[in-house]
Amino acid sequence: MKYKAIVIGTSAGGIEALKIVLKDLEPTIELPIIIVIHIKERTDGFSKIYENLNKLTIKEAEDKEEIKNGVIYFAPSNYHLSIEDDYTFSLSVEEKVNYSRPSIDILFKSAAEVYTDNLLGIILTGANSDGALGIEKINKLGGKCIVQDSEEAYFDTMPRAALKYVSTCDVMSLDSINRYIKKIGGNNCE
Amino acid sequence: MNEKELLEIENIELKLLIEAIYLRYGYDFKNYTKSHLKRRILRRVKLNDLKNITELTEKMLYDRVVLEQILLDLSINVTEMFRFPEFFKDLREEVIPLLKTYPSINIWHAGCSTGEEVISMAILLKEEGLLNRVNIYATDINKQVLDIAKEGIYPIEEVKKWTKNYQKAGGGKSFSDYYVAKYDHAIFDQNLLKNVTFLEHNLVIDKIFIDANLIICRNVLIYFNKELQNQVLELFEESLIPGGIIGIGSKENLRFTSVNEKFESIATAKIYKKKIGC
Repeated sequence: MKYKAIVIGTSAGGIEALKIVLKDLEPTIELPIIIVIHIKERTDGFSKIYENLNKLTIKEAEDKEEIKNGVIYFAPSNYHLSIEDDYTFSLSVEEKVNYSRPSIDILFKSAAEVYTDNLLGIILTGANSDGALGIEKINKLGGKCIVQDSEEAYFDTMPRAALKYVSTCDVMSLDSINRYIKKIGGNNCE
Repeated sequence: MNEKELLEIENIELKLLIEAIYLRYGYDFKNYTKSHLKRRILRRVKLNDLKNITELTEKMLYDRVVLEQILLDLSINVTEMFRFPEFFKDLREEVIPLLKTYPSINIWHAGCSTGEEVISMAILLKEEGLLNRVNIYATDINKQVLDIAKEGIYPIEEVKKWTKNYQKAGGGKSFSDYYVAKYDHAIFDQNLLKNVTFLEHNLVIDKIFIDANLIICRNVLIYFNKELQNQVLELFEESLIPGGIIGIGSKENLRFTSVNEKFESIATAKIYKKKIGC
């Protein structure tokens, strides 16, 4: 399978989990990594939290911005993030979904429709069920899903919810997910 | 039928619905962001217990009430008082001193929704001694939300958050001075709205109607594609007097738009001043 994008969703415990998942990635990675994490608004921004973690550009996704390979994008706090057919981002402030804005389901569903079977969706630790419907959509449209091993997850509600909707997701530890991203990043094929 | 085919059909159905709304009622949503349109329409399909978008299209064509529902769905009416307080703080510190230099002031609040930010603005102007010199034109595409805005009555549970926002925005008084609590509602002081005119205005097709000193339009442009963003920003630019100010949403930007050269940023929040001579 050839991937064109990775989407990651996480909530409680996600900041630390992402530090492992995103560690040491090389800028040669031929796809964008787009992340929704449920987190209170931060003034220092996401790039600050993850600086020196890897050599990729880490930034907040902007409205109408063109999606580029080798960049890690975060959904801004308090905005939903979607992907458009022309590979640009769009933002929205409509009501919360699963008590969350940004919502993982909104990102995952829109990404699934654009990237169909070239999408990898990853669900990490979290104490709610956001992302489960998104994973279902990714799976239906031929994409692949990975869920953090719930034995290892700080909060296992989110991984378990995703598996409830798609039992065929790969279950991996954070270290394995990191290795997997590095592997597909190199030649962009599984 | 496989999922990709179903997706293709759904996208065709969405296009047909948008075209049908335009042909039947004249509302043009063709340049709205697709993901937004689709999400809102599929939500409506589900809420009305319909099978697919085509069923919604059929109902909408024959029943104006269904159209009104769709219009409400497509204009996002999630708002709050002193939303993103830094914006109002910057308005108070950077924009109010400029406004004070004018004998009379026109403010256009475009996409005012249910009016929470209009009241926020009125409170700010009152505290700065400007309210009597100001005409505020608060517009929205949607009549229903304007009716709520005119009343100035909101559920009381929101007020706690708004009080916090007000304080963060540099408000020095007690926020409760501005409303009366009654039957689980906060009824805002009608004097705040005495210089406010509420109007139906469709940013996509309607034209300039005032010379504005200040335009506020927050979190509306994100629902438009680039082409429509430019069109609407050009409308704002033409409406503003030289040196006039525009305030937009915290994640919106004039960069990469057709009016970028004509404005300069004057605050950390998204507030821009139209260059003199443009």
